[in-house]
Amino acid sequence: MAARSTGALRDAGLSALVALGIFGVMVGLHTSEGEHGLYLEFKPIAAGVLVALVFFGRLLMVTLRERDRREAYREKRRFAEALTRAGVYVAPVLLAFAVLLPFTGDRFYLDLGVLVMTYVMLGWGLNIVVGLAGLLDLGYVAFYAVGAYSYALLSTTPIHIPGFTIEVFGLVIESVGFTFQLGFWTCLPLSGMLAACWGIMLGFPVLRLRGDYLAIVTLAFGEIIRIVITNWVSLTNGPNGISNIPRPTLFGLSFVGGDGPGTFAGFFGLEPSPTYRVVFLYYLIFGLALLTNWVTLRLRRLPLGRAWEALREDEIACRSLGINITVTKLTAFAIGAMFGGFAGAFFATRQAFISPESFTFIESAIVLSIVVLGGMGSQLGTALAALVMIGGLEMLRYGLAVLGEVSQNETFQAIANELPLFRMLIFGLALVIMMVLRPRGLVSGRTPTVALGESREIAAELVAQGRG
Amino acid sequence: MDAETPAPLLAVRDLTMRFGGLRAVDTLSFIANRGDITAVIGPNGAGKTTVFNCITGFYRPTSGALVLTHAEGAQFSLERLPGHRIAARAKVARTFQNIRLFAGMTVLENLLVAQHNALMRHTGLGIGAVLGLSGYPRAERAAVATARAWLDRIGLISRADDPAGALPYGAQRRLEIARAMCIEPVMLCLDEPAAGLNPRESEELNHLLLDIRAGGCSILLIEHDMGVVMRISDHIVVLDHGKKIADGTPEQIRNDSAVIAAYLGEGDEGEEPAEAAE
Repeated sequence: MAARSTGALRDAGLSALVALGIFGVMVGLHTSEGEHGLYLEFKPIAAGVLVALVFFGRLLMVTLRERDRREAYREKRRFAEALTRAGVYVAPVLLAFAVLLPFTGDRFYLDLGVLVMTYVMLGWGLNIVVGLAGLLDLGYVAFYAVGAYSYALLSTTPIHIPGFTIEVFGLVIESVGFTFQLGFWTCLPLSGMLAACWGIMLGFPVLRLRGDYLAIVTLAFGEIIRIVITNWVSLTNGPNGISNIPRPTLFGLSFVGGDGPGTFAGFFGLEPSPTYRVVFLYYLIFGLALLTNWVTLRLRRLPLGRAWEALREDEIACRSLGINITVTKLTAFAIGAMFGGFAGAFFATRQAFISPESFTFIESAIVLSIVVLGGMGSQLGTALAALVMIGGLEMLRYGLAVLGEVSQNETFQAIANELPLFRMLIFGLALVIMMVLRPRGLVSGRTPTVALGESREIAAELVAQGRG
Repeated sequence: MDAETPAPLLAVRDLTMRFGGLRAVDTLSFIANRGDITAVIGPNGAGKTTVFNCITGFYRPTSGALVLTHAEGAQFSLERLPGHRIAARAKVARTFQNIRLFAGMTVLENLLVAQHNALMRHTGLGIGAVLGLSGYPRAERAAVATARAWLDRIGLISRADDPAGALPYGAQRRLEIARAMCIEPVMLCLDEPAAGLNPRESEELNHLLLDIRAGGCSILLIEHDMGVVMRISDHIVVLDHGKKIADGTPEQIRNDSAVIAAYLGEGDEGEEPAEAAE
């Protein structure tokens, strides 16, 4: 016992020494501007506090870890089993929660719900490419952008059919020219299809690439799309973006324009309120996300989905079994891209304004981290990760703001105001911590797609992550 | 070969495979007859796996012809077919020297993936099956029945729902053979199937292979285990330094002086050329 605590003390002491080396210089010395130029200010207390924190933190960590390892392993095992059992209830609870959310009627939660749902959908779409087929895609935002711009351009450009006169066997058919605009429900599938086309276009050049090389090319593809959108001013209006994108309608009923004829409020004789529109948008993205989920779950149980997973496991074996790898990879890219396109069309109609700024690399990174954090290939994990990463952060900010207001405390208010600036820092930190604790994501196991007897979860250690 | 006799299952003619300056296979010709177990043997580095990779489409031969003839007369030039077509159309299946199962998928799933092309035909371009319209469930039940029959034959039925990566080594070997058989091949190419098996497993493997041959599938075999080769082969081709040095029945090969020299004589053994193409 004594030897063990001495060891722990020595370990903590060493860590403190390293901390002293780092913080002594970085925190302990501070250059300040005085009357005679810069001078060096010493801050021994700040550095001391940090070193002490490291010392005690390390001590605590080592002591905790020194518990019987076998017991710890068994505990971990029990915990994992409990988690799996609890997992059965998590999905229905989440679903019920998502269905009931609009009934709170709170605009803040609704907007947040729409945001989270968008990322859930993007995560599920990317999960097909990254999680199932094992193709690392760093440019997923490209399809999101293609979908958004497809919708924006299709819905704002009037289509003119010129009038014509034809004479067939003496019978004169005459038609007057007319102009019409495509509505949301026509443009939505078109946007998805266009995005899928771009998915295939990206797929072709990267068919032979794997891993890092694939990642780099997809990254470049994402940037190419954004730069083209920025510079093709005559089509996309460049950096100024496209505004006045039509709002979606429900069976022809619009959600803008008070309670006039043809509006939702007017038709049902309701008090006009902007909440209806947000509720509608919420259920719209919820439905789209569920569609993504449903299609993915169905495909997993079909030969195509199994081929994707087999591709992730071993491409060469796939080829030896007569599976056409080109087609399999391209369908993964195309279907993943299609759902990205749907999400993009939704984004455009929700914002009513889009510009290239919304489609930067950071969006791809966020969606990819959601997929990785959730556990590649796991639908539930992806939803949880999106909820935590997007919703959790926003809730934290909101909570702090409320707390700041209530307490009249300037520090809280300042933190609440600045938190968004540290969003990526928190994001990165969460990723690092997660990857240390659960290297294969929140929900790491794989559920078999078919079973003779009882279906058992497959441990993550056996499941390949794909090499691109 | 005169026009009267039916074409053999596989005719390899003047096959040459060059890697830079190295001739891994040098103007090799041999014939594998329908219904036979043909073994390709030779010291390490003789070019056996390269021949296999050429036949199964993982390498494109530098020159030469590989003609596969189905019983009903359809002919395939394997040297020109893209890799996956060789399995899908020409019905040549293979296993790998270092087992390549889908480790994270269950034993049953492995066998279903192998029936990919047969199942795909019933999915109605995918869309039908997603919507639940086409006759896919029936096709899948049939595929599961096929898989179940193979699992019974290789004695793995009780482990059908376990991940393939969790099986013991010998079972993985058997599963890989069953998986290859699920594409309903006319020729099964086995790359050292007995490597790492104990004598009892090796004996089981012999029975399995004879059983497969009895079922109408011809076998092309690379093997170092002479016990397996001599007992079950109908025809043996011996390679050394990429060239054929002997060709005949096990009895003939056993007494061939060139073979004895290659195995026991001047031991100029290099490394096995690269395995399956990456």
